[in-house]
Amino acid sequence: MNTLLRPAVTMVVALTAITGLAMPLAMTGIAQLAFPSQGSGSLIERDGKVIGSTLIGQAFAGERYFHGRPSATTEADSENEGKTRAAPYNAAASAASQQGPTSKSLLASVRERVEANGPAPVPADAVTASGSGLDPHISPANAAQQVARVAAARGLPAERVQAAVAANTEGRELGLLGEPRVNVLRLNLALDALR
Amino acid sequence: MTILGWAQIALVLACVLLAAIPTGRFIARVAAGERTFLHPILGPVERAIYALAGVDPMRGQDWKGYALAMLAFSAAGFGSLYGLLRLQGVLPLNPQGFDGMPPYLAFNTAVSFVTNTNWQAYSGEVAASYLSQMAGLTVHNFVSAATGIALALALSRAFAAGKVSQLGNFWADLTRVTLYVLLPLSVVVGFAFVALGMPQTLGAYVEASTLEGAQQVIALGPVAFQVAIKHLGTNGGGFFGVNALHPFEGANALTTSLQIWCHQVIPFALCVTFGAMVGNRRQGWVLLSVMLGFVIAATAAIYAAEAAGNPLHLAAGVDAALGNMEGKDVRFGQALVALFTATTTGASCGAVNAMFDSFTPLGGMVPLFLIQLGEVLPGGVGSGLYGMLIFVLLAVFVAGLMVGRTPEFLGKKVQAREVKLAMLAVLVLPATILGFAAISMVLPAALSSLANQGPHGLTEMLYAYTSAAGNNGSAFGGLTADTPWLDTTLGIAMLLGRFAFVVPVMAIAGSLAAKVKVPEGTGTFPTHTPLFAGLLAGVILILGGLQFLPSLALGPLAEHFVMLAAKTF
Repeated sequence: MNTLLRPAVTMVVALTAITGLAMPLAMTGIAQLAFPSQGSGSLIERDGKVIGSTLIGQAFAGERYFHGRPSATTEADSENEGKTRAAPYNAAASAASQQGPTSKSLLASVRERVEANGPAPVPADAVTASGSGLDPHISPANAAQQVARVAAARGLPAERVQAAVAANTEGRELGLLGEPRVNVLRLNLALDALR
Repeated sequence: MTILGWAQIALVLACVLLAAIPTGRFIARVAAGERTFLHPILGPVERAIYALAGVDPMRGQDWKGYALAMLAFSAAGFGSLYGLLRLQGVLPLNPQGFDGMPPYLAFNTAVSFVTNTNWQAYSGEVAASYLSQMAGLTVHNFVSAATGIALALALSRAFAAGKVSQLGNFWADLTRVTLYVLLPLSVVVGFAFVALGMPQTLGAYVEASTLEGAQQVIALGPVAFQVAIKHLGTNGGGFFGVNALHPFEGANALTTSLQIWCHQVIPFALCVTFGAMVGNRRQGWVLLSVMLGFVIAATAAIYAAEAAGNPLHLAAGVDAALGNMEGKDVRFGQALVALFTATTTGASCGAVNAMFDSFTPLGGMVPLFLIQLGEVLPGGVGSGLYGMLIFVLLAVFVAGLMVGRTPEFLGKKVQAREVKLAMLAVLVLPATILGFAAISMVLPAALSSLANQGPHGLTEMLYAYTSAAGNNGSAFGGLTADTPWLDTTLGIAMLLGRFAFVVPVMAIAGSLAAKVKVPEGTGTFPTHTPLFAGLLAGVILILGGLQFLPSLALGPLAEHFVMLAAKTF
């Protein structure tokens, strides 16, 4: 028995020490030195206060801001123990809607959002919930639909808002991979800086 | 589908194949215990581990000794992980103050990571401390992957040598694969991930004041290193609840492409390793080409279904240009989502960069079917190769029946004992999946876990047991999986999928190793030809897939036609 037990236990302990403690701790130290911003979550500060992360979307409801995608994240309901309630862009509990293609309630939500964002056809990303619930981006077509509203709310000419959208549009990686997209938080920060 | 989309798919697959060749040869050298460029640094570590464990790496084990060592190691790993998860509340590196996991959940999670499944009934950022993620889950990402590769090496040795009783030393294979293959790759990839935007910190979650004045708590952690091995070891258990879809785990299309590369390179490389070990490179390429063919076909099917969009939503006034976007983020695009989905389910990885639950019915059926085919396309690290070799034995047996010759593979006669054991292994998957899913579909305690009604509900349940028994770990996310019934039965399904499959495989290895190598004659059926590749693909589809067709007809196929008839639930 000892011929099995000793190597089994020793191997678990030794490999835990190497792959579970020594390496991740060393990686953390080096990563924090070499890539301090990325390693800590790509946080953005304004006036010395953390206002978010460039990689994590935020909930925007006001007319003056571009709106991100619908988000299905939730939080614990403080008034109803054991239940959750809607809390869009909860970056401490990522989640998707998990509604299937023939879900009645999903179809109703999509119809409602098409109505609100119309006229049809509406870009798909504007009326569907993102998979992470934290999508920091919208499609360029979605942004284009919102330019007039934001420009009117801010009393800015549409061209200036349009230019801000263009400046915050990210292209495909290596010119090939992924999709072009607009970073909503960066765009809204740029608009706030315009005044 | 667009040309640009296919160019993305082609680029990533080309990078996988280019890297698979040198990686495969390197693994063959490590398996043989040869010196590599890493030995000056890691050699002393390797020897220290042997000394502590009282292991002689040169002492071979027969199939029973090898299998027992593997089982003992897995049992010890389960015990330590279960204990860590239960006790995380009183252990250090727990800045969010999470409690210990309750017993059912800890059992399910520990089984899940020890079997290389990485099914997650918990959500990382709300239930697992940094210590659990690092010293628990990350460790098992390494060692369950190394265990799979070790088993594949043992089976390969059975084909390579004539008339031997020993298959190598499990402890040596485990240590060498971890130190010389998985660890260096994870370090390099981990730093690349950090550079691309993945956090690697022990700091607590950050509280941000948003532009509109709300408070947003942003979950962080030592993500990059764990995610590197999660893909390289085809484990797939995300640091965060939504896995590679979380912007910190998949910051952009480059990150997601690198992740696809990671969970494909070793499974494909092991075909090259096999060719090198048995001294027949073309045989390795035949296995690889069958795997690759299925990956490309599955990617095309998912891509077509998802890029076309959901007809019910299009009719409601949604623009068709982006395809079906529910459950997907903008940055990856449909092409990389399709490739990621096909590779993560074909490879027993189980990470996701889109939510399968919200796929169109046909788009969601492909990942389900890929797992049901036996996780051999290209399969998990190691488990893909040994699973594929089981199908090879059945294919030469079928060919032998058709032409009336004694079936043989690489000079080893395939006889009644091997074929019986192979069928025993192949039947584990359908028996476990269909058995548990059928019981759950009539059990109120299980049905209350479903998020969706109609045929989609059946698909969710079927997918859960498929993913568990196939040791994949991806989810049709709607299922509320953390209930006593699901935690327990999914845990049993994972154990059966790993160990009830592997023990017959090791018995086959022992039986084949003992046989002499018959020289190739005029009567030998050649197994390194396109003809054999076609036969092998057919055997996988018929033996692996056919028994699942009725359940697919009731789930995703029924939902597809119901959707075309504009019916919702």
